[in-house]
Amino acid sequence: MREVSFAQAINEALETALRIDSSVIKYGLGVTDPLGVFNTTKGLEEKFGSQRVFDMPTAENGMTGVAIGAAIGGLKPIMTHQRLDFFLLAMDQLVNNASKFHFMFGGKLNVPITIRLIIGRGWGQGPTHSQNLQSWFAHIPGLKVVMPTSPRDAKGLLLESIFDPNPVIFLEHRWLHNMTGEVDESDDFRIEIGKCEILRKGIDITIVAMSYMSIEALHAAKKLEEHNISCEVVDIKTITPLDWPTIFKSVEKTKRVIVLDTATEFGSVATDIVAKISMKYHDILKMAPNLIALPNIPSPTSYSLTKEYYKDAKDIVFEISKMFGKTVNLDNFMEKTHHDIPGDWFKGPF
Amino acid sequence: MNIKIEELIQIYLRAYKIRETEEQIAKNYSNGQMRCPTHLSIGQELVPSIYAHFVSNYDYAVSTHRAHAHYLAKGGNLNEMIAEIYGKESGCSKGLGGSMHLIDKSVGFMGSTAIVGGTIPIGVGLALSIKIKKEDRLSTVFLGDGSSEEGVFYESLNFAALKDLPVIFICENNLYSVYSNLEVRQPKNRKIYNLAKAIGIESSHANGYDIEDTYTKLKDAINYVRKKKKPFFIELDTYRFREHCGPNYDNELGYREVSEYENFLKIDPLISLKKYLLENLSEEELTSHEEKINQEIKDAFEFAEQSAWPKYENINKYLYKESM
Repeated sequence: MREVSFAQAINEALETALRIDSSVIKYGLGVTDPLGVFNTTKGLEEKFGSQRVFDMPTAENGMTGVAIGAAIGGLKPIMTHQRLDFFLLAMDQLVNNASKFHFMFGGKLNVPITIRLIIGRGWGQGPTHSQNLQSWFAHIPGLKVVMPTSPRDAKGLLLESIFDPNPVIFLEHRWLHNMTGEVDESDDFRIEIGKCEILRKGIDITIVAMSYMSIEALHAAKKLEEHNISCEVVDIKTITPLDWPTIFKSVEKTKRVIVLDTATEFGSVATDIVAKISMKYHDILKMAPNLIALPNIPSPTSYSLTKEYYKDAKDIVFEISKMFGKTVNLDNFMEKTHHDIPGDWFKGPF
Repeated sequence: MNIKIEELIQIYLRAYKIRETEEQIAKNYSNGQMRCPTHLSIGQELVPSIYAHFVSNYDYAVSTHRAHAHYLAKGGNLNEMIAEIYGKESGCSKGLGGSMHLIDKSVGFMGSTAIVGGTIPIGVGLALSIKIKKEDRLSTVFLGDGSSEEGVFYESLNFAALKDLPVIFICENNLYSVYSNLEVRQPKNRKIYNLAKAIGIESSHANGYDIEDTYTKLKDAINYVRKKKKPFFIELDTYRFREHCGPNYDNELGYREVSEYENFLKIDPLISLKKYLLENLSEEELTSHEEKINQEIKDAFEFAEQSAWPKYENINKYLYKESM
């Protein structure tokens, strides 16, 4: 095992995919520019040539259609958008074509495309640079929605997504890009789509989380352990198809659940999971399921507003300790210089 | 005419097959067995019938909600098309697509979709795959006048021009987007083929009711894409006789002048072509060809009627493609 950053893991997955399969192509705005999409695409054009790795016109919808056409012509395109929000221009091609082709042509076509979307948070990203629309995408039958947390998952799941015969939305939280973690030595390993992972075992409560909130969940679980609350942290990793059995099994054991979402609450992945668990386990649950999500308000820009708007380990500890009727002193817990950056390495602008 | 009689017979019979198939759809639609939105191409058969003359099954084509003519001209399986409109499992899309979602990969017909402009970038993407895989074929995008108002039209043409992709855009301008005339949608005196040219794609224009003009310009356009490995855009004037969607006529709605419709009817190229052919071959010969086609169409409807329904228990089968 090696210690690798999330961004580096993405870069390695792309390098591997382009190297082992000549039908893989990679494009997106900024893919070949000097910054290489937060370093995730650096060096790829030099290695694989500008016919397979290229920058593109600012035409998100058209270029998504081009990817679909190229895919049915035998290629495996990987697109990147520096923000998820930019990709909203492409909903027609994604929803009416990519997600439908295999079904509406009776299995005669399939669309092996992977679309990497980066989600911002803090530093004034605001209403149109920080939307967490995983439940939107998950609502469309025919799409797969992947949302990795660790660098190892980033690499293994991206490779799996690229070689999946279906369209995959691959969501990268910007605050994960510089996090490091252990990644396999092998340059080509895959992690199955559609599987949750238990990041931490526990017996008192199940915390179901995704992406960046899984990191905050781990910090919270550690703190709660000091207060004799044993949390089991389930990292979703794939939004659709969702691994219900792993979540169910954990809830059957702990009989308490809180779901954390990076998105606004209404119609979210969290509310769906809470609903399903409530319907299935109302008779064995020791208390009502809970959730933490963002308020149903666009992300604010101002430094003064983002502190309360976004949720972190403190909010999780507060909410869970309340469920257990305990009060936990949160002074000096997870103190940061600034609440609106993932770490001091982040100097903006996006 | 300056086209060989053998070629004209093929073009005529292709157009005849499309027209007669659709006449039968129109005739039987009220039986209630074709329960999906159906956009007939009656009046617009000539362009795809001539186009098909210059391409092979190896060439790709994609189309729109009004796709029957393109599918059949490309050689798409007739039985499977009628069965698809009937919603049967033997349909080209297993009954999951209907009239607007036709496909026959064996002849390079890579799909039609129902959202205006939706397949323009798909055809361009196919051309990108041709270029990257260094294949010797071309991609065809059939589009209508309305789609040139969509953003994706500009985006797709721009990329095709940028990358020199082997794609031919065939724009059939039938003057109407549903019931909205071109005049309320696009500035007067600005031609769609000039838009394409301004974006950076060589283009031309032909009267889609004039056999020689359409033949010559389509031939040149397709040769250009094959030889230069670059995109080409051709706009052809045409006209639909029936309603926007459905088996009937809709002139009584008043969105177009009856005189306009009658003027196009008078110059119906299928009638003039047939007349020309009969000057060069016997009526018996042409009729025997037509009757063979009539039988094929009759068989296709029987095939559709006798085919099984898809089963609800298999509804999940095509949600995702299984990994290999």
